[in-house]
Amino acid sequence: MSTATTATTGGPIAPAPAPTPRRPRPGRAWIHTVIGIVLVAIMLFPVYWMVNASLAPAGNSLNTQWLPLNPDFSGYSRAIADQGQNLITSLIVAIGACVLSVAIAAPCAYALAQFRIRGTAVLLFVVLISQMIPGIVIANALYTVYTPLGLINSIPGLILADASQGIPFAILIMRAYLETFETSIVEAARVDGCGHVRAFWSIVLPVSKNSLITAGIFSFLFAWSDFLMALTLTTGETIRPVTLGLYTYIGTNDTDWSAVMSTAVLSSLPAVILMIIAQKYVAAGATGGAVK
Amino acid sequence: MTTTATQPVARAAGPGSAARRRARRGDLLVRYAFIAPAALYMIAFFGYPILKNVVMSFQDYDFATFFNGKAPFVGLANYTATFSDPIFLRALGNTGLFTIGSIIGQFVIGMALALYFRKKFPLSGFLRSLLLLPWLLPMIVSAAVWRWILEQDNGALNRFLEGVGLISDPIPWLVSSSTALVAVIIVNIWLGIPFNVVLLYSGLQSIPDELYEAGQLDGATGWKSFWHITLPMLRPVVSVVLLLGVIYTIKVLDLIIGLTGGGPANATQTLATRSYEMSFIEFDFGQGAALSNILILIALAFSLVYLRANARAAKNG
Repeated sequence: MSTATTATTGGPIAPAPAPTPRRPRPGRAWIHTVIGIVLVAIMLFPVYWMVNASLAPAGNSLNTQWLPLNPDFSGYSRAIADQGQNLITSLIVAIGACVLSVAIAAPCAYALAQFRIRGTAVLLFVVLISQMIPGIVIANALYTVYTPLGLINSIPGLILADASQGIPFAILIMRAYLETFETSIVEAARVDGCGHVRAFWSIVLPVSKNSLITAGIFSFLFAWSDFLMALTLTTGETIRPVTLGLYTYIGTNDTDWSAVMSTAVLSSLPAVILMIIAQKYVAAGATGGAVK
Repeated sequence: MTTTATQPVARAAGPGSAARRRARRGDLLVRYAFIAPAALYMIAFFGYPILKNVVMSFQDYDFATFFNGKAPFVGLANYTATFSDPIFLRALGNTGLFTIGSIIGQFVIGMALALYFRKKFPLSGFLRSLLLLPWLLPMIVSAAVWRWILEQDNGALNRFLEGVGLISDPIPWLVSSSTALVAVIIVNIWLGIPFNVVLLYSGLQSIPDELYEAGQLDGATGWKSFWHITLPMLRPVVSVVLLLGVIYTIKVLDLIIGLTGGGPANATQTLATRSYEMSFIEFDFGQGAALSNILILIALAFSLVYLRANARAAKNG
């Protein structure tokens, strides 16, 4: 039974990282570590520089020191005073888009993976292609309908628009997982008279928790990082995500770089926190999103 | 048993009574209900915008349209205006240079790092996951940071280059039309490296070690083993990485707007930024739509090649 199902539904590429047995050479291994650290340090220099500049004294950041020996937090207090509201807007929009993406994508991914009904192949193709449509196309058209609908400068408007990245991605990630999902438990439940909705809610969702988390994290990050929709679908200062706040900050004449960099650090925090607490999901999403 | 695996219970019930038929229709409705929200969303937020863009590209759709609702059809006028606009040709050329430069840089550096991290050494996994960081930051954050690094007088890059004696005068990275595109490409390479490393690394992991051991016996080491074993084995992954890279790069907008705004003197203008400018700065939505339709066509062409390559990779993998 189980072999038969996995043979028929077994997913295409699951890039299985085969463990590579290498002969250990302890002495040289540490040299590799040192070189590795240097390479990563070069790559992450801009991130370091962001943190470093955020700790430079305000107004005096024209000559940022190489090391933040006298950290000054006035950049952060200015950033929070100027951008605090925008950070909260971003948080609401990102959580909203994340919840909406997963709520819409999860049942669809399950249906695409498990139900053999007409139209699924077309839908799957559309989902794949939609990921490649430039955002400016969506923004262009949305602006013209958002205006009469009163969705310009609104949180629901941004949530709906930002989910345009999360939904296709979440569908693909979860479908890839559910394709390899063992159907026998669902079938057993169905034979016992359990409806599709109940089977989905109380069996499929709990089992596919990991792919739900991966999809959720990425939907959140997409919406949190969004700049284009914020740029085109908001016009005032009332509803302004922090990405747009940062952009207008750079544009001001007397750019206070320590405040700008403090804002940049604050806007990076969700990504960093998610990476620390959910490392394996992030890596899974990074590979799963591209190779299906 | 295998048949029920793909087509559960409903089929097994057989034709039977009207009640049973009704039940089956109900079952089908429930199944479609799983898809309906996503299908409706896709229609509203992808189907409609694409259709609307096509229609708008044949209309004189400007700011006044929002007040008087008039958007007369003008045939191909938006397209002829687009093609005869010198900035369009500039943007097209820049899009090409930006894409090719970014892809080559990202791929070469990404491949080198992926190969390096294939070695087994302490902390390798931890360092590899740190490499992901630039990819997770919002693009506009990276743009802000790099703007500060590339600043002419006080930027870290010029200070470093002057410090080691490579240059004597600071380079106006983002404000000179001869260096701006190069600077923007460098930043985009930095952004794309993590993605390349992740995919290429996972591709490298699936090459069996025995191949290298066999190659070693035949005298294939170092570069030889890279050319004759690694690259051929990695080909499906490489084509997916390159094509996805192109698809992502041609639509990059945040980064360029954040770094240079398309300037100076259109030196970093691309199709995406120009389309934004047309619609939202000059409020000529018709011509903006014409431009973004050209962008869609280019993206779509690469997407179809990508889908084919991906399907082939899936079959071989």
